[in-house]
Amino acid sequence: MTTTIELTAKDFKGVDPDWCPGCGHFGVLNSIQRAYADVGLQPHEVVTVSGIGCSSNAPGYINTYGMHTLHGRALPFATGVKMANHELTVIATGGDGDGYGIGAGHFTHAARRNVDITYVVMNNQIYGLTTGQMSPTSRPGLTTKSTPFGSIEYPYNPITSAIMNGATYVARGYSGDIRGTTKLIADGIRHKGFSLIDIHSPCVTFNLENTHDFFKQRIKKLDEVEHDASDWKAACEYAMEWGDTIYTGLFFEVESESLSQLDPILKEGGPIAKRSLPLTPEQADRLKSRLM
Amino acid sequence: MSGYDMAIAIGGEAGQGIATPGDILARLFVRRGLNFNSYNAFQSIVRGGHIFLTLRTTEETKYSHGDKLDILLCLNQDTMDKHLHFMKAGSKVIYNSDNITPGSAADGVQLCGLPIAELTGNARAGLNQNTVAVGAILYMLGLEFQVLKDSLTQQFQRKGEAIVNENVKVAQAGYEHAIKNFERFPDEIPMLSTPRGVWSGNDALAMGGAAAGVKFYAAYPMSPSTGLLHWFANNGRNIGAMVRQIEDEIGVANIVIGAAHTGARTLSATSGGGFALMTEAIGASSMMEIPTVYIDVMRAGPSTGVPTKTEQGDLWQALGASQGDFQRFIAAPLHAQDAFNLMAEIFNLTDRFQCPAIVLSDLLISEGHYSVDPEELDFFPTIDRGSTITEHAVGKTDYLRYKFTESGISPRAVAGLEGYVHVVATDEHEENSGLISDEFTNPHKRRAMVEKRSRKFENIVAEIAPPELVGPADADVTMIGWGSTFAAMHDSLALLTDRGITANFLSVKWIVPLHADKIAEVFANAKRTIIVENNQSGQFARYLRGETGLVPDGHIRKYDGEPFMPHHIADGVEDNLKNNTEQFIPFQEIVV
Repeated sequence: MTTTIELTAKDFKGVDPDWCPGCGHFGVLNSIQRAYADVGLQPHEVVTVSGIGCSSNAPGYINTYGMHTLHGRALPFATGVKMANHELTVIATGGDGDGYGIGAGHFTHAARRNVDITYVVMNNQIYGLTTGQMSPTSRPGLTTKSTPFGSIEYPYNPITSAIMNGATYVARGYSGDIRGTTKLIADGIRHKGFSLIDIHSPCVTFNLENTHDFFKQRIKKLDEVEHDASDWKAACEYAMEWGDTIYTGLFFEVESESLSQLDPILKEGGPIAKRSLPLTPEQADRLKSRLM
Repeated sequence: MSGYDMAIAIGGEAGQGIATPGDILARLFVRRGLNFNSYNAFQSIVRGGHIFLTLRTTEETKYSHGDKLDILLCLNQDTMDKHLHFMKAGSKVIYNSDNITPGSAADGVQLCGLPIAELTGNARAGLNQNTVAVGAILYMLGLEFQVLKDSLTQQFQRKGEAIVNENVKVAQAGYEHAIKNFERFPDEIPMLSTPRGVWSGNDALAMGGAAAGVKFYAAYPMSPSTGLLHWFANNGRNIGAMVRQIEDEIGVANIVIGAAHTGARTLSATSGGGFALMTEAIGASSMMEIPTVYIDVMRAGPSTGVPTKTEQGDLWQALGASQGDFQRFIAAPLHAQDAFNLMAEIFNLTDRFQCPAIVLSDLLISEGHYSVDPEELDFFPTIDRGSTITEHAVGKTDYLRYKFTESGISPRAVAGLEGYVHVVATDEHEENSGLISDEFTNPHKRRAMVEKRSRKFENIVAEIAPPELVGPADADVTMIGWGSTFAAMHDSLALLTDRGITANFLSVKWIVPLHADKIAEVFANAKRTIIVENNQSGQFARYLRGETGLVPDGHIRKYDGEPFMPHHIADGVEDNLKNNTEQFIPFQEIVV
C-alpha cells in the first residue's frame, strides 16, 4: 500500500441508506463505519460482504470493497474472499433470516472452520423486506403475516449456536448502543478467527414488539456481572436468558488458529490470489512424471 | 479392423481387488506405447455387488472400450454366470477352478481354470488369485515373465520386499501353469517407440485446470466428480493451489465466486444433483460479472438416479441453470485430452467475457482411464485475462465497475486494489454499482445494463472453433452427437465400413455458443442425418431444433446407464438405412 492516512467513520460512508426512518440498522451501519476507522483500516483493504435483505444493503452504504450477493450466502462468498486473499479484512453483514434461516448451514460451518471473518448480524426477529413474516429468531406466539395465529416454533439462539459450532468470538450488541456495538465489532475484527456480533436492531415497521423501548427496558451489559468470557457454559447461560433481562457484550472468546493460519498452502507463500497463474516448469514436470 | 486390438474384462465383487490387476495390465500396455482405454461398470456399493472392468489396448488410436472381449477373468461365480455367453471363438476365460464352475461356452472359447490353492501353496489364495491370473494372462499375451516381475515390483514396493516376493512367486506360478496348459494368442503384442502414461478423464479436467492457473478448488464429494477433488487434494501443494471441501454445493458455488473476486482462477466440480444446488450462484457469477468455471460430471438421472452409471442427461439443466437472461459458456469435451485442452480455453473466455462457464463431462469420460503421452499436453497454455485489473491504481481514478462500453466488457478490478474500491451486486445495478432494483427502479437504466451484458455475447461464436466433420465427406450417413459419444461414433466408422456403409460424424463440443451455421452446412450436405445421444428424450436434438430448426432423419438413443459400444451405433445406423426407423435404442448385452 502506498499511503496510510488515519481515517474517520465519515471516510467509510457510501451512498445514503434507503432504510425506513428510525430503522435500527442505521445504528449498526454507523458502528461498522466507526469500527473500521478505530481499527485503522483503509477502504481498499476491506471487503464488506452481504446476502440479501434490508440489512444486506449495507455494502452499498459503506466505502470499502463490497459484495452484495445472494440470500443466505454471504458467508460462503466471504470465506472465498478471505481464503484467496487473507491479507484482506473481511466482514459479512446480514439479517437474522439471511444468516440463521436460509444461511444457517453456512453459519454452522463458517464457525466450525474458524475462518477469520467478522459476521455482523442485524437481528430484528422478523422478515422485513418481504413485509413482515416470522423469522428464525421470532418469539413463540408472535403474530406475523405468515403466522396469523402466532408462531409455534422455538426461536434460534445465535449466541449459543455460535459457541456450540466452534466460533471463537461471540458477542451480542444493541443498535441503540453505538459506542458499545462499535467496540464489539472492532474487537471482532481484531480477533483472529470467526467472530459473530449478533445485534438487536429493531424493525420499526414490521415488528412492533421487539422495539427500541423493549430493549432499553431489558438490556444489561455483561461487564456489569463480571462474566468470564473464556467460560463457555456461563456464556451459554447468560445467552439463554431472555425475559426481564437481556445481556449484551462479549459472551465468549478463545484464542485458536484461524483457517488461513492453518491451511498448509498459505504456509508456503502469500495469498493465492496474488500467485502467478502459469505452472512453473518444475511443477509441470512433477505432474507429467505422475502420469507415467 | 487393422492392427493389434486386445480387450480384457475382469469381473468380481467390490472389495476383491479388481483395480490392482487392472492397473498392472494398463501400465504394461502403455509402457509399450500402445493406445489404452478402460471402462468400469460398477454398482453403488463399497463392498460386494458386481464390478466389470473392461481394458482395451490397441495399436491404432481408439476411444471406446470396443465391442468384443478376448479374455474374461472371473474372480467369482457370478462373473462366469453373467458373462460367459458374451465370449466368442478364439477368446479365453480364466477362473479359479477351486471354487468357480465354468458354464457351457461357445465353440472355440478356451476355458482356463487355475487351481489357485495348489499354485499358491494355499498362501492367501483369495488375495493372490488375481496375481496368479495376471501371470497366466501375461503368458497368453506372449510377454516375457520379466516384464511382469518389474511391474509387480513397482506396484508393491511401498508394501515391502516380502509382499513383492510373494506376488512375484504366485504370478510366476500362474505364468508357468499357463505355459503348460493354455494357448497363447497368435498376434504379437506390439512395442511402439514412445512409452505413455495413464490418466482418467477427471485427471485430465483437473490437470487442464491446473495448467490454466487454477489456484482455488472447492467441492462437495459427489460421484462421479469426486476424482477431481482427490486430484486437487493430492496435487494442490505441488501447484500452489488451495483445496476446500465445503458443506454443500451451494456453498461451493458461492465460495469460488468470492475467491475469484480477489483475482484467483477458481474451479469446482459436481454431478447433476449438486449442480442443481449451484444454479443460483451461476446466475450470480454472470450478474456480478465475476468469472469462474463449474464442471458437471453427468450421471444417470433424474434425482439420485443411478450414481455409478453414465448419461448425457443434464444438457437442459445446464441450459436452464439460473433465472433470467444471462451470459455463460457451456461446453461438453469429447474425450479426456479434449477435456484437458478445453480448460485453458474456457478459463480465458470466462476471464475475457467476465461470466461463468459450465463444463459438461460425464461418468464415461471422467471415470474412464486412457493412455496419454505427457509430451503432447501443453502445460503452459496462453493465459489471457482480458481486461482484468490486478495492480493498484496510481493516483485518483474515476473507476466504474460496470462502465458502459461498446463491447459490453467493463474493466474488472479485483478486490483489494487501491484506487478501484467498488461494490459488486447481484441486484440490477448501474455503472457505479448503485442498485436500481429497489426504490430507484428505472426501466431505462435497467434496459441499458441488460444490453451492456448482452453485447459481450453478440459475436461470441467467432471466439470458438467450429466442430469438425470426421470421416469421408460424401458418406451415406452423417451422425451428429455431442460430448462423450465421440468415442463410440469414432470407433463405429470401421464397423460400418465392414458392413458396406460409409459414414461420417460431427461431434459438437460447444453448446453455448453453438456453431449453428457450421451444423446447418453439415446437414445441408448430408445424405442422411442421425443424432446420437446418451439420453432418453433427445435433449440435444431438441436443443438443435430450437436453435436452428434442423431435424434429423433418425435418432439413436441409449439411456440404460451404460455407454454406447461402437456396434450399438453401427446397428442403429444400419437399421435406419434399411428400415427407415426414426429411433433406435440398442440392447445392452453386458449387464452388471
